[in-house]
Amino acid sequence: MADKYLYFTELLSMPVLDLKGRRIGRAKDAALVPREHAARIDRFLVGGEYTWLTVRFDQIRSITLENGIQLSDEQLLPYHDDEYMMRIGRDLLDQQIIDVTGRKVVRVNDVTMGIQHDGQRDILTVLEVDIGVRSIFRRLFQGVLPRPLIRRLQRRIPPNSIRWEFANVVEPDPLRRLRLNISYDKLEEMHPADLADIVEDLAPAERGAIFETIDSEVAADALTEVEDPKMQASILENLEPEKAADIMEEMAPDEAADILSEMKEETSEEILEEMDSEPKTDVRELLEFEDDTAGGLMNTEYVALHDNATVADAMAALKGNEDLLETLNTLFLIDEEERLTAAIPLARLFLAAGESRLKDLASETMIQVTVDETQDRVSEFFDKYNLLTLPVVDDEGKLAGVITADDIISILRQK
Amino acid sequence: MVKLLQRFRYHILIFLGVLGPGFITAMVDNDSGGIYTYSAAGAKYGYLPLWTLLPITVVLIITQEMCSRMGAVTGKGLSDLIREEFGLRITFLLMSLLVLANLTNVMAEFAGVASSLEIFHISRYITVPLAAIGVWFLVVKGNYTSVEKVFLFASVIYVTYIVSGILVKPDWKEAAINSVRPMLMLDSGYIFMLIGMVGTTIAPWMQFYLQSAVVEKGVTAKDYSASRLEVTVGCIMTNVIAFFIIVACAGAIWSVAPKDITDASEAALGLKPFGQYAVLLFSAGLLNASIFAASILPLSTAYSVCEGLGFEAGVNKRMSEAPIFYFLYTSLIVVGAGVVLIPGFPLVRMILLSQVANGVLLPFILIFMVILINKRDLMGDWVNPRWFNLASWATVVIMIGLTLALVGITIRGGTG
Repeated sequence: MADKYLYFTELLSMPVLDLKGRRIGRAKDAALVPREHAARIDRFLVGGEYTWLTVRFDQIRSITLENGIQLSDEQLLPYHDDEYMMRIGRDLLDQQIIDVTGRKVVRVNDVTMGIQHDGQRDILTVLEVDIGVRSIFRRLFQGVLPRPLIRRLQRRIPPNSIRWEFANVVEPDPLRRLRLNISYDKLEEMHPADLADIVEDLAPAERGAIFETIDSEVAADALTEVEDPKMQASILENLEPEKAADIMEEMAPDEAADILSEMKEETSEEILEEMDSEPKTDVRELLEFEDDTAGGLMNTEYVALHDNATVADAMAALKGNEDLLETLNTLFLIDEEERLTAAIPLARLFLAAGESRLKDLASETMIQVTVDETQDRVSEFFDKYNLLTLPVVDDEGKLAGVITADDIISILRQK
Repeated sequence: MVKLLQRFRYHILIFLGVLGPGFITAMVDNDSGGIYTYSAAGAKYGYLPLWTLLPITVVLIITQEMCSRMGAVTGKGLSDLIREEFGLRITFLLMSLLVLANLTNVMAEFAGVASSLEIFHISRYITVPLAAIGVWFLVVKGNYTSVEKVFLFASVIYVTYIVSGILVKPDWKEAAINSVRPMLMLDSGYIFMLIGMVGTTIAPWMQFYLQSAVVEKGVTAKDYSASRLEVTVGCIMTNVIAFFIIVACAGAIWSVAPKDITDASEAALGLKPFGQYAVLLFSAGLLNASIFAASILPLSTAYSVCEGLGFEAGVNKRMSEAPIFYFLYTSLIVVGAGVVLIPGFPLVRMILLSQVANGVLLPFILIFMVILINKRDLMGDWVNPRWFNLASWATVVIMIGLTLALVGITIRGGTG
């Protein structure tokens, strides 16, 4: 923190003095112009006798707790609302923002600003956003007790603040977001589960703002982590169908199908129409199954090879499916009619020679279920046979998809 | 037999399936404060208070509709909105008042637990601490949502009041006339009762609870009309039950001799037609209602305050993550239950007083609600229709008027 600092609540109603030291009004608000500078207070709004005036930062000589704001230039313009202005009192104070490092949604109680003298004038820069008990205390007593006394008293309470760089403002209006230079780049680096927690804490309009702007792949991961299927659906419903489709394409087809089945038919059709053909077919197929059957649980992200393939073939197939590698633990073999014949634990490949047959590495017993098996039975299978992946076949024994342990964990958690 | 059971189960499932925030709120509305307030009104003033139920129902529907509409349109809780639009100081003030009023309500719920079991000579020193600890663990560690359905189903016990109200052979003509003929008396006891009746039915804490529940359930402006219907039906149901409690008590107690109710055995007389089961039914209904409300009230209060002041909240958070939330939640239960244990604590008088506290706080909450819901930048096309505003402002004026009248009379003539 700079040696000299000022809280926004102290700035409020500070007297503003002209060149001769006469009071022309009191400070009513202060504003950033993020396009110009991310943290410098660019304008001060002053309540004059009849109207509000705007003071630019370069019209100020000094700002002190004792003497208020002293001007160096008296040519003040009347205040008019400017869309490039982020007003601290109006747009920030009491609103919710995202604490990027703490990974949560917080409410702004006060703003800490640093005072720097650049030779000609005092410049205020937003340093921290204050949350927690200390700032509540300060705000409740501002105007009741003298400012220096409040500063002394509050030292007993531990501070709780977020550095301005890590405070992300949420703005639902896309045009305004652009004008105020608000982006959600920092959110994209979070773990999807943390991002989902944050999104769950926000109001629908703000949720929409985030999903609208972040990268579709990140959005897909975060949306998967949102727990309530109704919320998942309503988030996508409120997006443009193209954007919703982009996000859907990045999701696992079974997740996408689950969400679509929560929506009204028209909306889900609209989104499906916008999707690329390959993921669209996968999702459509999965949509056919009841939610609480094996068909509804399964996804189509598996790797299957023909009956007499070798380890080398398997390696080649894996190279072509690199996006699956993170979660893949079983390979499947199918015959000419696409019927499931064997399952091979992936780890066995490491110990086998390149030319050995996959068939010889297969698990001794193969557990499989049909698409219409109930959810409860499927969970039972996972428990009984200690499975990580369970293949699902259709009536003709053709491999239709796989259920993975994480799907089962979600089900058990929901109970 | 099996078939019958299956059908029964099917009906319960249907019943539970349509349940939403509006319905739950309506059921919690008849908590121990509600039961005692209506019983006391009927026992002391007979059919006279019935006229209030019609306007109270209208205002209840209007306030709850406003809350669920605000929740659906903005996706934010009531204390969130108050904070964002009115700033920290006003929020702090309102939240302090809310905590105080709700604390008396929590006391009332534990007083309800104590009085419902004291009929059977089970000491409150056993029942109240057990209930307090039980509620705390149920909400924080247990699975409240599934237990909630048990509470709701047990609320069916209220039907006994409807049966009793008919069996007791009340003077229906008198009841009908009094239902539509307003009657004002400048008597502090009567005004005390009026404020209590409004306060128990349109309790401020319920508005916060309802709005958060609507948000939590993810109701949006598009599918809002179903919620509106649910809220309306719930409100009417609440007041139908209130009507029969008053009628039953008027018929069974007042018609014999008007009296103040001071304990549960007197209030149980309202169910006299059930003979030897009256006490059991009354006590079971009161116990269920008290514990149901005691599970919701402290939690809802802690949520409202933490949301408004920007502290972390939620039972899925660890205690170190949300210390203030847990502190508030635990204190409300500990203090609320603790006060009831003070020897000689007047249970029923406290319960009635808590509902008056609700009635006194109500107009202030209502003022903020009306201002919020008329903000076009917040609500868009969903702002209030004019007659909603008229009815709300009328309620504000009447409730403040009644409170002032009560204060005036009390200062002049001592306690009535």
